[in-house]
Parts: sequence; structure tokens; C-alpha cells
Amino acid sequence: MANFDQELDATGLNCPLPILRAKKALATLATGQTLRVVSTDPGSVKDFDAFAKQTGNTLVESRQEAGKYLFLIKKNA
Amino acid sequence: MADKKLSIITTKGTLDWAYPPFILASTAAALGYETNIFFTFYGLQLLRKDLNLKISPLGNPAMPMPMGMHNWFPVLGTALPGMEAIMTAMMKSKMKSKGVASVEELRSLCVEAEVKFVGCQMTIDLFDWSPKDFIDGVELGGAASYFASSGGSDVTLFI
Repeated sequence: MANFDQELDATGLNCPLPILRAKKALATLATGQTLRVVSTDPGSVKDFDAFAKQTGNTLVESRQEAGKYLFLIKKNA
Repeated sequence: MADKKLSIITTKGTLDWAYPPFILASTAAALGYETNIFFTFYGLQLLRKDLNLKISPLGNPAMPMPMGMHNWFPVLGTALPGMEAIMTAMMKSKMKSKGVASVEELRSLCVEAEVKFVGCQMTIDLFDWSPKDFIDGVELGGAASYFASSGGSDVTLFI
């Protein structure tokens, strides 16, 4: 996975907490910086895709590794 | 990015029914929606300073119970004293183990995200409740206030 500026551990959290925590974390980043989110909620795969599309940020990467879901989100606005 | 608007009417005050309005409102706010919730009848229980929400299997044949109890436990048994408290405690511990946020936490997240809460004045009068029982920042109003805050919504939900 590419480099990232901040990491959010959302493991063990269920909907909608991973999204809400990610939103908060992104607010602390500057435009162009990236946030890595680690989640164990299978629903977060579709949710992070929808979140990125609706907030104008880019979901650079979304993958599964060792039972965890890893997302890389680039802040655009 | 408040270019979209969500408006919810919430009418139910049990632990399970507290989740849809607060989950959807907090998420919508995170997605940039301008969000408002109108709380009426039992829905107003969700705005109490001290939340004491309960769940009951009584009258809800769809509610799964531990150990497959929903398959064999007599319906009348779910009306026994203490069952509500037991089922509520079990549901809360189940939610905690699955990483589901508490209602209090979701409600605070809504407040933090500036979700607008409007409480139904008529309900407060009807049940002789006091506005002081509810959290700060709740605006009170009637049907006309609902339309004032919900007008032009992209999404409207009745829960």
C-alpha cells in the first residue's frame, strides 16, 4: 500500500462508526493528504466507496488483507 | 457541501428504533447533508437527558432471542415481569460485543455534526412532559415547524 499521512484504526467498530471516524480524521488533513483506514466491518467496503463518491474525495485503494479491510482515501476538498 | 438535505420524522421510542434515525442522520451529516429530525410521540423519548430505552420481544415475533428462544419460548412468557429488563440488557451487551455504537454516542455525534432536532410541542403537552427533560438545543414546534425545516429536502423518511 502506498504511503499515507494518517492512519485510522476502525477495527471492531460497526456501521456507521468507521465512516464517521474517517470523516473526522479527514477534517484534520490538508488537501492532497491521504488517510488509511483499517476496518473489520464487511459493510465498510461499499460504504467507503459511497462515502468517497459523495464527499468528493478519492478512494485510492480498497482491499482486503488478513481479515481486515484497508482503505486509502485522498482528501480533495 | 450542504447542497443536499435530509429530513426525518421519528415516532418510536424503543432501543431498536432509536438506531435508524440517529445512524442515518449522523451519516448524512458526514456526507454533507443538511439534516433535521422531527421527534413526535414516542420518538421524543430519544431526546431525554437520561435515556432509558428498552426493547421487548412482546409483540415482535421477528426478534431473535438467545438460544433460539424465539422458537420455543411461549409468547405469554415474554410478558413476565423483568423480561423487558433482561432482554434490554442482553441486547445492549450484544451490541457492545459487535462494535455497535450506543444510542447516546450516536446522538452526540448528531449534535456535534449540527443535526437539527425539533421536538413536537403537542406531544409534550399531551403527556405532561417538561421541555427541561430533554437535551439542550432541541427546538420545539408543531407541524408547520416540520415543514419549515423539511421544505426542499432531497430525502424524507418517516420512522
